[in-house]
Amino acid sequence: MTDVLNPTHVHEEDHGHEEHHGPTGILKWMTTTDHKVIGMSYTITAVMMLVIGGLFAEIIRAQLAAPNAGLVSLAQYNQLFTMHGSVMIYLFAGPFAFGALANFLVPIQIGAPDMAFPRLNALSYWLYLTGCITMLSGFFTSGGAANFGWVGYAPLSNSMNSPGAGADLWIGALLLTGFSAIFTGVNLTATIFYLRAPGMTMFRMPIFTWNMLVTGILILLAFPVLTAGLIMLYCDRHFGTHIFSVAGGGVPVLWQHIFWFWGHPEVYILALPFFGMVSEIIPVFSKKPTFGYKGMIFATLTIAALSLGVWAHHMFTTGVVLLPFFSAMSLLIAVPTGIKMFNWIGSMWRGQVWFSTAMLMSIGFVITFLIGGLTGIYLASPPLDFFTHDTYFVVAHFHSVVMALVLGGMAGLYYWGPKMTGFLLNEKIGKSQFWFLFIGTQLFTFPQYLLGLRGMPRRMAVYPHDAQWQFLNQLSSLGAALIGISTILFVVNVVVSWKKYPAGDNPWDGHTLEWFTTSPPPHHNFYRLPKIRSERPTWDYNHPEHKALAHGHNNDGVNA
Amino acid sequence: MKTESKILLSLGLFFGIMCAVYWRWSVENAGGVMMFAGMLLCFLPGSYYYWWSRRMKERPEDNPNATQEEGAGFVGTFPGSSIWPFVLGMGAFFSVLALVFGIWFLLPGLFLGGWAVLGGSGEGRRGGKH
Repeated sequence: MTDVLNPTHVHEEDHGHEEHHGPTGILKWMTTTDHKVIGMSYTITAVMMLVIGGLFAEIIRAQLAAPNAGLVSLAQYNQLFTMHGSVMIYLFAGPFAFGALANFLVPIQIGAPDMAFPRLNALSYWLYLTGCITMLSGFFTSGGAANFGWVGYAPLSNSMNSPGAGADLWIGALLLTGFSAIFTGVNLTATIFYLRAPGMTMFRMPIFTWNMLVTGILILLAFPVLTAGLIMLYCDRHFGTHIFSVAGGGVPVLWQHIFWFWGHPEVYILALPFFGMVSEIIPVFSKKPTFGYKGMIFATLTIAALSLGVWAHHMFTTGVVLLPFFSAMSLLIAVPTGIKMFNWIGSMWRGQVWFSTAMLMSIGFVITFLIGGLTGIYLASPPLDFFTHDTYFVVAHFHSVVMALVLGGMAGLYYWGPKMTGFLLNEKIGKSQFWFLFIGTQLFTFPQYLLGLRGMPRRMAVYPHDAQWQFLNQLSSLGAALIGISTILFVVNVVVSWKKYPAGDNPWDGHTLEWFTTSPPPHHNFYRLPKIRSERPTWDYNHPEHKALAHGHNNDGVNA
Repeated sequence: MKTESKILLSLGLFFGIMCAVYWRWSVENAGGVMMFAGMLLCFLPGSYYYWWSRRMKERPEDNPNATQEEGAGFVGTFPGSSIWPFVLGMGAFFSVLALVFGIWFLLPGLFLGGWAVLGGSGEGRRGGKH
């Protein structure tokens, strides 16, 4: 494993040296087509969206700390929960995963000089940024921002029930970010299919890259459906069509079918990248190869396949969907997800676990996602779903899931942040951030499960004076406050550690190709590439005493 | 190339089976149509990759014993910077604002979009700045 060669991947005619002399400053940001700069722009924008969406959440929880707190008006509350959901789902979770980290990492992990379509990649970012601006500018219109929930159900979202510019800005923003996602999906798929380094066969790709490939395919299957639905909704609102209105012979439930046909794959478009992140982090910090590499990939593909057949489990109570089909398909998803769970535990099993911040966040992800996943199995059963639909039980279920993703995303930032910036984050602050985030998350969701079972409906700004409800709501608000503190700690950590702790090329004894290049990587990513003979080429190069075998097994039977 | 085509074809096959079961069993058509389209969307690139995988030589990235030299050569240009994605993005932004605030926003929208298409394709022909 000692021969290292200069990669001759890039067209070198015009720049025989790897140093890049492009514009600097704001012009660099505006004209760049480098996937790393675009990835950083995405990261910063998405974290800002996390903070904005989080602020909305804190206001919502402050309002709910008392039965009638009067902090915001009922109309403002509707706008707040709509924009909280919209910002978090459309503008943070997805773009953070497939725009920020995947953009930065996928080309490096497969040994490519850039994304397959660098200019399309830049266009994706500009559509995403303008989408963010469009959606948030709803607050500055006279009628306020969109207020029909992040799902925009018809007929509530038609021009009669939701007039005003806010709703149209919401539709416009989703058109922009939808195309941004589609272009990123095209880019990821093409990059992974066509730009891998020699020897990087499909079954040697890092699991994060595999998950991003499947995410890319899912984006291409799901997002065009949403875009089509939004155009229909816009036509209903402005051009007098009656696609979703009963009065003109339309079908309101059609919107729900179209929305959730995008919406449920979207759940996996959000989740799979974070699955990939922890699948990379856990083996590295357990000093072991990934347990069940092929099983992980099989599970990812199965989740993607099943995700297209489960959309109507969000619509059980409409009474017009095929309950047994959707219930069975939804329950089946627990199988591949269970495979992943056991593989993560298997990767840690008997390893030398190093409890760094990234590893703690990953373990927090596994635990929190397990809670969210198991309550998802309850909800896949129609009798239970009829009982808990539109209550806080559902809210708690998906907040367990998405807070797990926040933990996974933080793990990703602590793990890959040094590669992106060249500097490590402070571990002490990181660990206290983890405990605030982890305890806060559980304190935030557990009372909501109980509230849901006691019948508290979601999307309500006021609730009856009931000592038990109030106590549980206050616990949940306290949890939200702890999560808020953890976010502040993250910002403090970035400021405190700024350019303080140089990371070096490979601070974690990493497995995959990104740890072979410099931190941050040069223009076009690599000065040299190692021989690729397993799914962890960098580790093989750094540990020549262990013979590389496919899928992480080595000859002497030691998981070193 | 073979693995790539197998992934897409098997996903398409699964969607096809799911579509047939669902369409036969359910009373609504929207889901069936969407799953059918999903199947086609997998079969289209999947069969293209399959067609090529039977006709082309094995690529270095599909060869488990490849050395880095085998990947040598020209794989395309990667422009280091370009203003046109930004201009096109702003064009799309203004066009979307036309949906909300009035048709006149289409003027700058279409102008910027058209300018970016011309500029971008010109840059593509020249190979762009590196």
